[in-house]
This record gives sequence, C-alpha cells and structure tokens, in this order.
Amino acid sequence: MFYREAGQFKTTYASDMAVLPILQDRIGLAVILLIGFVGIPLLGGNFFLQTVMIPFLVFSLAAIGLNILTGYTGLLSLGSGAFMGVGAYACYKLTTIYPGVNIVIWIVASGFFAAAIGVVFGLPSLRIKGFYLIVATLAAQFFLQWSFVRIPWLYNYNASGAIEVPQRLFAGIPLTGANATPVTRYLVLLGIVTFLTWIASNLVHGRIGRSWMAVRDMDIAAELMGIRLLPAKLLAFAVSSFYCGVAGACMMFLWYGGGEANDAFNINQSFTILFMVIIGGLGSLIGSFLGAAFISILPTALKFGVPALGIAIPGTVAEHATYILLGALIIFFLIVEPHGLARLWQIGKQKLRMWPFPY
Amino acid sequence: MDLIYSIFVDPFLQMAGAPDLLVQTLWEGFVGGILYALIALGFVLIFKASGVFNFAQGIMVVFAALTLVGLYEKGVPAFLALALTIGVMFLIAAAVERVVLRPLVNQPDIILFMATFGLTYLLIGLGEAIFGGNPKVMIAEQLYLPKGAVDIKMLGGVVTLQKIDIAAAVIALAMIACLSVFFQYTRIGRALRAVADSHKAALSVGISLNQIWVIVWFLAGVVALITGIMWGARSDVSFALQVVALKALPVLVLGGFTSIPGAVVGGLIIGIGEKIGEFYWGPLVGGATESWLAYCIALVFLMFRPQGLFGERIIERI
Repeated sequence: MFYREAGQFKTTYASDMAVLPILQDRIGLAVILLIGFVGIPLLGGNFFLQTVMIPFLVFSLAAIGLNILTGYTGLLSLGSGAFMGVGAYACYKLTTIYPGVNIVIWIVASGFFAAAIGVVFGLPSLRIKGFYLIVATLAAQFFLQWSFVRIPWLYNYNASGAIEVPQRLFAGIPLTGANATPVTRYLVLLGIVTFLTWIASNLVHGRIGRSWMAVRDMDIAAELMGIRLLPAKLLAFAVSSFYCGVAGACMMFLWYGGGEANDAFNINQSFTILFMVIIGGLGSLIGSFLGAAFISILPTALKFGVPALGIAIPGTVAEHATYILLGALIIFFLIVEPHGLARLWQIGKQKLRMWPFPY
Repeated sequence: MDLIYSIFVDPFLQMAGAPDLLVQTLWEGFVGGILYALIALGFVLIFKASGVFNFAQGIMVVFAALTLVGLYEKGVPAFLALALTIGVMFLIAAAVERVVLRPLVNQPDIILFMATFGLTYLLIGLGEAIFGGNPKVMIAEQLYLPKGAVDIKMLGGVVTLQKIDIAAAVIALAMIACLSVFFQYTRIGRALRAVADSHKAALSVGISLNQIWVIVWFLAGVVALITGIMWGARSDVSFALQVVALKALPVLVLGGFTSIPGAVVGGLIIGIGEKIGEFYWGPLVGGATESWLAYCIALVFLMFRPQGLFGERIIERI
C-alpha cells in the first residue's frame, strides 16, 4: 500500500542503475541509520550495546568480508578467523609502536596487513578449486593461529601471551581500554561499519564486483571474456581479508578489550562466520547483516531471553540446547530457503509491493 | 650457513645416527595415518555416493564411541552394546536421509555442506546432553582388544609397538579390504558405484537413490564406530576427537575425494610426514607444528595435482 514505486519515474541512466532505486528503500535506509546512530545509543542500555549490538556489528563486518570472497567470487574459505587475528595483532603492534596516531586510523590500517597476508594465502586459488581450496585456507588458519602463539614479538612479550588493549583517546574521550563506555565504542564501530559497507556496496556493484561474479559463475568462461583470473581472485582475497582484519581489530579493541588469539581467532570463529554468510545469503550484503544478526544474537537471546520468560534452565542444559537448536535451525533454514535470509527479505519486499492484493 | 645445515643436513644425520628412533617415528606416523585414513574413508564413502561433503563425519565418530561407552556404562554387555550402537548409527543414517538429504536434493554442494554443519551442531548438542561432556574411557578390554606393548630389538635399539596400535592397523586394513571387495563384487556395491558415476543414469536403471543414501550413511556410520573404538582406545573418548576430523581434510584432498585407496595413501603420507616433520624439523621453529603441517603437505601436493593423487581428472567445459 505504502511500499509502491508507482509515480517514481526514472529519467536518467544513473537513476535507473541506482543501488536503491525505490524512494521508500532510501527512506528506510535513512531511518535505519538514524535509529542506529541516535535511537539505539539513547534508548539501549550499556548491557544491550555490549552484548547485542557490538558483537552484531563486528560479525557483520567479518561476514561482509567472507561474503565478498565466498558469495561474490565463489572461493570457499575457512581462514577468516585467522585473518581477523592478523588484523587484531597488526592493530596492537601499530598502536604500541606509534601511540600518538589516532586509534581509528590504525584499526582501519590494520586491514591492509590482513589483506597482504590474505593475498599470500590466496595464491593457490588460481590452481586449486572448490572444496580443495578449503585446505589452503585451513593451512592459513592453523599456521597463523600457531604463529600468534609462537611469535612473542606479536604480543609484545606479555607474560599473559595475550593482547592487552591500552587506553587510547578519540576526540578526547577514551575509546579503548577499561575506561571506554560502550556508547563511544558502539558509535565509532557503527561509523566504521557504515563507511566500509558503503565501500563494499560500491565495489560489488561496479566493474570489480561484476568481474568477481563472472569468476564465481564460471572462471574459465570469465577468462575467455577477458577477465584476468589471478588479479580478480587475489583482489577478492585482499578485500575480503581487509574486511576480516578490520573486523578482528574492532573485535579486540572495541569489543573484547584484550584476549588470547587461540580463544578469539580459532577455527570455530571461521565456521561461525561461514554460517552467517550462508544463512544470510551468499552474494548479498544485506544477507551478511541478517546472517550476523541471526547467528550472533541467537545464543545471547537464548541465554538471557528464555530465563526472562520465567523458565529456569541450568546453564549446561541451556548450552546443549543452544547447540541443538542452532543445528536444527541451520538445517531448517537451508531446507526452507537455501538462498538464505536475503532471499526471504526479497520475497517479503515483493509481497509487500502487492499487498493487499494477491497479484 | 648454520641455518642451511640445520635444515638440510642435521635432521638426516640424526636419522642415520639413530635408526631405531626413525623406525619408531615412522611407526607412530603409520598408525596415526591409518586412523586419519579411517576418518577420510567415511568422507569418501558419502562423497562418492551422494556428492555431499560430509563435515559431520568427525562428530559421528565421537557420537558412535560415546553411544558405545554410554550403553556399556548403563550395564549393557559389551558386544550387545556394539550391536545396539550399530543400530543407532542406522537410525541416524535413516534420519539424515529423510530429514536432511531428501528435501535438499539438487541443491548446490555448498548448501549440502552447510547442512552437514547443522548436523554437526545437532549431534554435539545431543551427545553432550545425553552422555555429558566429560571424557570417557573406551571399553577396549571388554571388546577383547589387546593391551600393553611389544618391544622389538632392531638396528641397535629397541622399538616399542603398542599392541592396540597393531590391532588398529590390522583391523583398519581388513576393513578397507572388505569395503573394496564389497564395492567391487556385490550387488549393492555395484549400485553404489553406479550412483557415484551418475545420479540420473542410476535412477533410470531403477536404483533407488534414497535407499543408497541410507546405505552409504550407514556404512560411514559403521566406519565411524570402528574409528571411534580405535581412536578411543588410544586416548579417551571426548569431543576433542572431533578436531581430529579436520585433519582428515588434507588426507582427503591429498588422495582425491572419490578414491578409497587415495584415502589410505593420503592418510599414510600425512600421518608419517607430520610425525617426521615434527620430530626432526619441528624444534627448529619452536615445535607444535602438528597443527598445521598436514595442511601444508597437502597444499604442496595440490599445487602439482589439483585433483589429488588418485582423484578423477577435473575436466572443465564451457
């Protein structure tokens, strides 16, 4: 009824090719951004920001990264956890060596280090395809994870062997460390995520994104059409690792506030991000957000939501139930809609355009 | 110079200096490789017949072993428990076929791969809820598996072989031989190979895909049970075993996804390479290389043969 594009005429080529061609979509996006930047910090408590919104945003960023590699370029990767780790350690080293530079710059810059490592481990992708590529990325995952523990230089020879996040200011307010409030961390994180999502959206809608999708659909055909496979695939690895690296740095500095690599960046993290991408929808940016929301919020919701309903369950049972439920939901969603939540979103929008008429 | 010496000369001098240690390392690598091969075998069976990359094989190993031990602890005699566990594996196979595979027929590979992930989580949750998360001791003695060690004097030293390792190797090799015979000479085996070749052609000559899938998942379940017993007898039965399943990936890739001999050869290369690498070259980089060395070995092989050692040649057409 109110979601109709009737009367919106496209008079230029640019408006025809716009990412959000419908006025209501643009309004919707603006409303979501307004809620994100103003509404949630005002209304959400610290607990909500810390346990729901910050994890959601961090995982969204990582999911966008993996989606660029797996969803858009068709290269399966199980190394995203390790690339997040590279970002976190790079950021830690940078900010301890150059403490004067603004931390936000280092968080974003650490992505470039992850990108460089990603390119190195992406080199085999030209020759190795499909499920076989998993092994190359697993090699990256386990080798990097091993390096995080074995190279003490990376964590500044700390006795704990973990990253100890120092206090850094952003515009005079503590952004990292123990004194930072969740609201500041949330707002900076939201800013980074919004900016990088905008970049990713432009990348995947432009020439580069099209060449990635051509490679995904059939790489030999893409090669025959003049797309150079090695640069295209390596660029996908680089951009994907960049996003994962920034997500890792954000995770360490804006969410965890310190921790050990083997806990934070292990193989399970890679799996979690792969879940998000697949549940959300391969080859869809909005899917990355939906998937991240689903997978990162579900365990928290189960943990805190079920007792809130008045059903008291002991912690261990709840943990098992979370596993069972998560497994069952993954299978259920794959059966109902193999193309993920993003497709459901699209179908919903299509239905809304017709509503209340059936055709 | 020193570095080059310690990489290229010193390890070999060590090998020549203490051949008994070398044999011991080789044997440990061999046994480890056999066990990797067993897990990889479960993968191969399912991949051949249904094209599903079954990530849940690792947790199936744990689940089967836990069921066996759990039943025994409830007072069921050991061999009855074994039979019951096989029954449970059949139920899982049937349930997986009915609930997961059938609705997802004809979906892209990665979707099915993810579905087996869901299955993994489901089985982890179920296993922990039913049997608890604590490690359990495998009922090796009750199943008449040998205990203790044999010392063999050779090459101027003593090589110690655990009897359970010998048993594991023998049983594993026997099972692989049985499976090969089963695939080659029985009616069901032929049907399985037909399905592996082409689903459509197999359907058109009247082979029921659904039945075949139940059979292969069941076979993979039995392989998982045997792997679980062997692995559990060497260490404890715990969910940590599931991580070992990830080691089966390089094995699988090395041998090729569709080849049973490939799984065995790949398992041996990875198992032996990992142990030798860790023992002779590991100290150079600070040890604990076992976590990633296997993947790097597989990667090196893949660079030269992208389809694995025994895989079917990948032919791409436009």
